[in-house]
Parts: sequence; structure tokens; C-alpha cells
Amino acid sequence: MSELRYTKDHEWLRTDGDAVTVGISDHAQSQLGDVVFVELPEVGREVEAGEAVAVVESVKAASDVYAPVSGRIVEVNSALAEDPGLINRDPTGEGWFFKIEPRDPAEIEKLMDEAAYAAYLESQA
Amino acid sequence: MAESSADTPLRETPLAALHRELGARMVPFAGYAMPLHYPGGIVAEHLHCRAAAALFDVSHMGQAELIGAGAAAALERLTPADVQGLGPGRQRYGLFTNEAGGIEDDFMVANLGDRLFLVVNASRKQADFDRLAAALPAGLRLARREDRALLALQGPGAAAALAALAPEAATLPFLGIAEMAVAGVPALVSRSGYTGEDGFEIALPDERAEAVARALVGLPGVAPAGLGARDSLRLEAGLCLYGNDIDATTSPVEARLAWTIGKRRREAWDFPGAERVRAELAAGPRRLRVGIRPEGRQPARAHTPILSPDGAPIGEVTSGGFGPTVNGPIAMGYVARAHAADGTALALVVRGKALPAHVVPLPFVPHRYAR
Repeated sequence: MSELRYTKDHEWLRTDGDAVTVGISDHAQSQLGDVVFVELPEVGREVEAGEAVAVVESVKAASDVYAPVSGRIVEVNSALAEDPGLINRDPTGEGWFFKIEPRDPAEIEKLMDEAAYAAYLESQA
Repeated sequence: MAESSADTPLRETPLAALHRELGARMVPFAGYAMPLHYPGGIVAEHLHCRAAAALFDVSHMGQAELIGAGAAAALERLTPADVQGLGPGRQRYGLFTNEAGGIEDDFMVANLGDRLFLVVNASRKQADFDRLAAALPAGLRLARREDRALLALQGPGAAAALAALAPEAATLPFLGIAEMAVAGVPALVSRSGYTGEDGFEIALPDERAEAVARALVGLPGVAPAGLGARDSLRLEAGLCLYGNDIDATTSPVEARLAWTIGKRRREAWDFPGAERVRAELAAGPRRLRVGIRPEGRQPARAHTPILSPDGAPIGEVTSGGFGPTVNGPIAMGYVARAHAADGTALALVVRGKALPAHVVPLPFVPHRYAR
């Protein structure tokens, strides 16, 4: 399994064969609090990097989740409909949101690695 | 709307240090830095309040005393509540109304024998007390109590817990109020709250508040809870939040709060906005506040447009979110009167899609006040 990459909007991304798996970071889930509902994109949808493609709702508020790279949605995590709390309990594992087949894999390399994301969080604190 | 702009320094309550020590996530609310939740999170705090007891810091709310002969009659100039009929040691919920029949704020008023005690919303306290002071006849004095904190201990375990620090509290009936020592500190304790559960509100001197709060959270079954749980608890209890569910444009009749209008006041019609209230009671209001249950799991937030099933706009959600005890999405809002009956089908427009919902009776969770 490859290492995680991060966006400034607190999504993570992991390369997984031809597709990349996307979710929200541990920092993001802890800021949101208890997740109670997730709206996921349709499989087959073409998305652009930075486009709002999913919504995560906590008790208090709704937040957009953005596509970290351009491409086609090839799978969504249907387990989240039954148990959105997976996002709080295992944000970078079982709590993944969707998979994208990237149009240009070079986009992935432009995203922050673990150390850069940690430094980014530090700079935002 | 109750949040202050980023460039105004936030005020702190006397419990600010304790909140930080307990790991609270602090947020701006009505000009104060307040705890949104502690490390356990909103859902755990909410469920703990319904199962045992939760301690809330509500020191940001406005406290004042109205002192002098004729205080009740003077207050009645601004509210349709029956204040003159309120017995000593009793507290009551009321509304400040304006000449247009809208609601300026909601409040609790207590008869302390020699004076009235008022608790109003943080976001409205300046406006309320200014309006009240301007309306007072000679000989009456409004004393703001900026020197006092306010704690709310709420939940089915609240009475048993508080008995350890204030044995007398358990003898208070619902909406009773009395001065008593709490952990040795002189306090004003009322059996009231904003969660739908049994509980107490405790007004006490700022400088002793932290010690009493520490003693309270140290009691078995008591856990701290923040504004997040306070909001989800009051929404499940069907209670209005000023600025969301009631404001200067909504009338007591539309808000289904006409029960706060005293019988004598309905005969004299001598309060601000009486004309509109009287007309709406006679002919029915244009719109009504209702409980709303969205189908499925998706919450509908405040300002969500409400449509009839055939797509006509009929209203708006005023409070909405997830009810942890209900274990599903819940909302309140106003709909045109023809669509206000329990069971009526509605559609909520969430992110461009119509979400099916229906009107349900309030509260979502039955009240469990002390008898």
C-alpha cells in the first residue's frame, strides 16, 4: 500500500492500482465531530480536481469534500450509508469515501506528503 | 447571527479556565468564547444528559433583577405574560413582543418576593435590558447581574446529584425557585432548563462559580456538556432558539407560544402587538411552527426551503440537524397553515434535491420534568 497524500482541504488520497482511494484526514474528522450522514458521488461521474463531489454532515454542520485529482469516480464506500461513524473511527481506513481513476497521475505527485501535511496543520494552528 | 465578528475580542465566562482544562473546543457565540463540546463529542454529551446528568455553562445569558413596587406591572408593558399572577418562589417562561406582534426575545421571570429575577438570551441582553430600563416608571430599578455566573445541571440524575451539595434543591417543584447554599456558596436555584429533562439552573457569584462547577462535575453521573449538545437537546425537546425559530417577525401565535399569554392579558389585550395576536387567534395565523421529520438519514439545516409535495413553496426550516436520542434527522420550521397538520407530507430542498419529509408533533422526545 502506498503512502498517503493530502490536500489543503484535508482530503487524503492513496494510490491503489489504477485508482486512488480518497477520504478525509484524522484532523478533519476530529474538527467535524460525530459524522451522521454522507452524500457520495455517482459512480461513473467525471470530476475535476477541486470540485465538490461529496458532503459530510456532522451533528452541527454540513461540509463539502473535494476531488483531490481529476478523473472518473469508479467506486464509493457504500458501508458509510449504514455506519457513517466509520469516518470518525477509522478515517484513513474503513472510513474512505470514493475511488477515482485519475486522468493524469502526475497530479498526485503535486499533493502534500505526510510530513508536508503535518507542517501545513502546524502552520494553520 | 449570534456570533460576533472576528475583530471584536471575545468575552469569557468565569469557567473559561475550567473549560480549557476539561479539553473543550471553544467557539465564539453571542460575543463569548463558549465550549462547543468536550473531548467526548456532542452525541456522547447529549446521550449522557438524557441518561444521567450534564453540566452546562450558560453564564453568557443575561441576568437582571427588577426591584421596586409595581415591578410585575411594569414588566407586563413589554410582554403578554401574566407576571402579576406569578406567585412568590415561582418562575415562568415569557416573550417580549413588539408593536407589530413579533417576538423581541424569550425569557424566564421569577418572583423572588421583594423583586423579580429575569434571565434573557445572551445575544439579546443588551437590547432587552435597554428597552426595559427605558420603559420603567419612576421608583423602579433594573439591576443587571453581570457579577453572576449561571450553571445548568440537566438530566434524570440531576436531582440526586445536586442533593449531595444542596439537599434543599430536591424539594423544589418544576419551575420553583429559591435561594440556597450550593457547596456552601449562596446561590439562586430554579428547577428549570432547556433540554426537556428534569434539572436545575444555578445562579451564583462569579468568583465562586468555578469551585461549584468543579464540585458538580466531580459528582457521580455528572459530565460537562457544551453548546452543541444544548442545541440538539432543546431541538429534540421542541424548544425554540431565539434568532432561529422565533424573531422580531414571528408572532407568538405563529410560533405556537400563545400559551405564554396570560388569561387576564387575553381579556385586556394590553401588551405590545396585541392587535396582531388577537386577529391571529381569531382567524388563524398565516403560518405555523411545526416539527419536521425528514425521511432517511440526511439532515435538513436552518433556511432549507420547504415545498408542498406538488412543488409549491410553503415555508422554511428554522432549526434542523441530527437528534442523537431520536437517532435520525429532525427539524422545526414554519409552513403555511394549510400544511401544518401532523402527518402532512412535505419536501425539503437540500442541495438542489427534494427530500421527502412530514409534519410531526413536538416534542420529538417527551419532556420528563419533575412533577
